[in-house]
Amino acid sequence: MNRALEILSPGPLTLIEDLGRPGLAHLGVGTSGAADRTAYLLGNRLLGNPAGHASLEVTYGGLHVRARGALTVCVTGATARITVAGRPADPGTPLRVPDGADLALGMPSHGLRSYLAVRGGIAVAPVLGSRSTDTLAEIGPRPLAAGDVLPIGPPPVELPHIDHAPARPWPQDALEVLPGPRRDWFADPNALQTTSWVVASASDRRGVRLTGAALARVPSRRHTELASEGMVRGAIQVPPNGQPVILLADHPVTGGYPVLGVLTADSADRAAQLVPGSPIRLTWSSGRHSA
Amino acid sequence: MGERALLVEGPSLAWVLAATEALRDRLEALDVVPAARTVLVTAASRAELARLRDRVHEIITDLAPAEIHNLDSPVEIRVRYDGPDLAEVARLTALTEAEVVAAHTGTPWQVAFVGFAPGFPYLTGGDPRLTVPRRETPRTRVPAGAVGLAGEMSGIYPRPSPGGWQLIGSTDAPLWDLARTPPALLPPGTTVRFVEDTP
Repeated sequence: MNRALEILSPGPLTLIEDLGRPGLAHLGVGTSGAADRTAYLLGNRLLGNPAGHASLEVTYGGLHVRARGALTVCVTGATARITVAGRPADPGTPLRVPDGADLALGMPSHGLRSYLAVRGGIAVAPVLGSRSTDTLAEIGPRPLAAGDVLPIGPPPVELPHIDHAPARPWPQDALEVLPGPRRDWFADPNALQTTSWVVASASDRRGVRLTGAALARVPSRRHTELASEGMVRGAIQVPPNGQPVILLADHPVTGGYPVLGVLTADSADRAAQLVPGSPIRLTWSSGRHSA
Repeated sequence: MGERALLVEGPSLAWVLAATEALRDRLEALDVVPAARTVLVTAASRAELARLRDRVHEIITDLAPAEIHNLDSPVEIRVRYDGPDLAEVARLTALTEAEVVAAHTGTPWQVAFVGFAPGFPYLTGGDPRLTVPRRETPRTRVPAGAVGLAGEMSGIYPRPSPGGWQLIGSTDAPLWDLARTPPALLPPGTTVRFVEDTP
């Protein structure tokens, strides 16, 4: 029989994601793809999958799936209770799910987005070269619903690694910021790292909204509008209200708010794990990187 | 701009168009994203960006003024000038509605960049008399194919979405089609001529 993954319950939000669609930003389509690249790539690596195989991105846990045919899977990212056929199982290691058995993910105790990688990858039809759901451009598969049956691709030649990958330490350190192109628009760029920020509930795959003491512009820029310019994942845009927004995987390709700083790639991944309501600190990079 | 991208700023939209074309032709970048005054160049990794940095500098220093003119034959877009803001645009520009239509169809436009939604072209270089502000209250739903004006630009909505542009007409041209390569009918640099579609 053809191997497949049946969705019994998607939880609050489960999407299919891979490395996205680079190269189309000039046509108005952003890269999209897994919000936490590190966690997503780790799952595929532990299963012997090539880097671009599609996985499930599970926001806030609650996913419940059933294997059709025996599957080998791996859970990475946000820490959540995992059960396979009712028995507790470990994250960051290949798991066998026998034909007809269920896998369930609880609500995360740390982090926001878990990844369920499947050996062979989720093999739905790609759109513009990717199986990712882009929630902003509305390209790719729709969010998963109970009853969806997802085909699984042929297992890769490489065998799964038997080793267990240690998860990133929680709680998270401050996110590391490189200077952005419009840093000179701000009266006190240092305020970015001295302010205690809180993750706002309006955050999603487009961006993490932070609330805290407003970042003021220099007087000469207070009433200036920036012409739209290209944006990147991890960019920290600051609208006139002074409350920064960290752009995530589904960010608009261009934006009209000045970018004060840009997270390192690793910190952009960690930003995707921030839970609304939690505190977070940002710190200017010590200079190991160039802007 | 972060570990994997460079934001290059120039003096004008014409410069952006020339720089975009040169960077696309002569650089192995992941993405080259033109906007109003800037071009964003992204690389696959930090190491790759280090390799691109000098090339980007070379290419934009060498930009020949001749490259600024796009000689492609224009794409014709047939428009029914029946938009709900046509009268308001006429009032704002002190033209008659017929003169607005004549101005919009009278000179070729060029796609400066694409954004907002997949395949949404920001058109520039049209008749300067058509410069109008955005609507004070954006519409919650603009239909697919709506042709609008905002600032000195014209644009076409590829699909229904909220929007604040002043709508002067509509077109049936398929702006975005996933089955086509590229899916955008009007990628950056394309010359566009609007033609009045009379019923």
